[in-house]
Amino acid sequence: MKTDELVALLSNNPEPVDRGLVVRTLLIALGAGLILALGMTIFALGVRPDMTTSGAWSFVVAKVSFAVGISSLAFVYLAKLARPGGERKARSYLIAVPFLIIMALAAISLGLAPSSHWNKMIVGDEWLECLVSIPVIAIIPFAVSIWAVRQAAPTNLARTGAFAGLVAGGVSAMAYALHCTDDSLPFVAVWYGGTIVLCTLAGAAMGPRLLRW
Amino acid sequence: MTTHEIELKALMLASLDGDAASHRALLDRLSSRLRAYYKRKLAMMGRGAAEAEDLVQEAVLAVHFKRHTYDPAEPLTPWVHAIARYKLIDFLRRTRMSRADVPIEEADTIMAHDDNVGAESSYDVRRLMERLSKNMRCSIEAVKLDGLSIAEAAVRCGISEPGVKVNIHRGLKALATLIARETRT
Repeated sequence: MKTDELVALLSNNPEPVDRGLVVRTLLIALGAGLILALGMTIFALGVRPDMTTSGAWSFVVAKVSFAVGISSLAFVYLAKLARPGGERKARSYLIAVPFLIIMALAAISLGLAPSSHWNKMIVGDEWLECLVSIPVIAIIPFAVSIWAVRQAAPTNLARTGAFAGLVAGGVSAMAYALHCTDDSLPFVAVWYGGTIVLCTLAGAAMGPRLLRW
Repeated sequence: MTTHEIELKALMLASLDGDAASHRALLDRLSSRLRAYYKRKLAMMGRGAAEAEDLVQEAVLAVHFKRHTYDPAEPLTPWVHAIARYKLIDFLRRTRMSRADVPIEEADTIMAHDDNVGAESSYDVRRLMERLSKNMRCSIEAVKLDGLSIAEAAVRCGISEPGVKVNIHRGLKALATLIARETRT
């Protein structure tokens, strides 16, 4: 076929395009991922029993803010990366900021505590549960994000996959924070930070396969 | 900003609003730029013109089906270049050449030259259309090839007007997939 014929075929009666479609699809995916992650946490793991006490509440707020910071920043980059050439505009190193803040806070809180407490503060009681839960809860938000990005046209698939993983990891950590009873900043830095990085690496590895168009 | 950028962006904005003439002019002008771009790239790697034409058509299809990903606040040239380059890298990966063969380049290279000598691509769209469902084929032929209105096409194909729209939409997507698969073999 001649290219002229293809052009004629495509340009007979083209439909007007909805310019907000890319961002709206991603927002729907984010919302759906969050609801599903919250549902999984609440029904499979349960909300922590001491939620209403002020000590527990302030840690829930700290963990959720860390996770919200990461996923909202990652979402902004994902919305750029989903468009052709978006990788040129996304100065994505800013994403390190929430991680640096939590690590600095963790270091301060370790510095203020006697060294005999360090082991308990870092390892906590439920490190293994955290290590497994955050990536598992992240699977569905990740799948939904990938679906949404596939409706657009990313041109750097590994980096786009990484940011989809990062959004999913952040959303998952946000939900898991409602269950987790390990209340120390070093624990959040190591296990929340670590599992979110894990989700990011998994996303980067799967991106080129899942996002090809 | 170059004159190409200003003119093509104006066409793109009109085409996003559903203006058929602008859409056609845009795809026409982009296809000649894409042809020059791909011929140059493939010649450097010792590939032929028919392969370049397949790539031109894949990129034209991508511009058409992914036009909702263009952000009107941004210039058009980098968007087109990113698509063209992505399709080139994808082609080289399929044909087992490495990405290292595609040097870093400025986005403007995509608008640098025109080439209107279109070769035939390696597939026949009429033959591919035989693989679509009867309603898809009838709707596309009526509206896209014969230029009938949606209402006339609905009468000819014996389906509802929304049915014609849905069948055109799904049929063109299916056709794009078939074309992509065909150029892959």
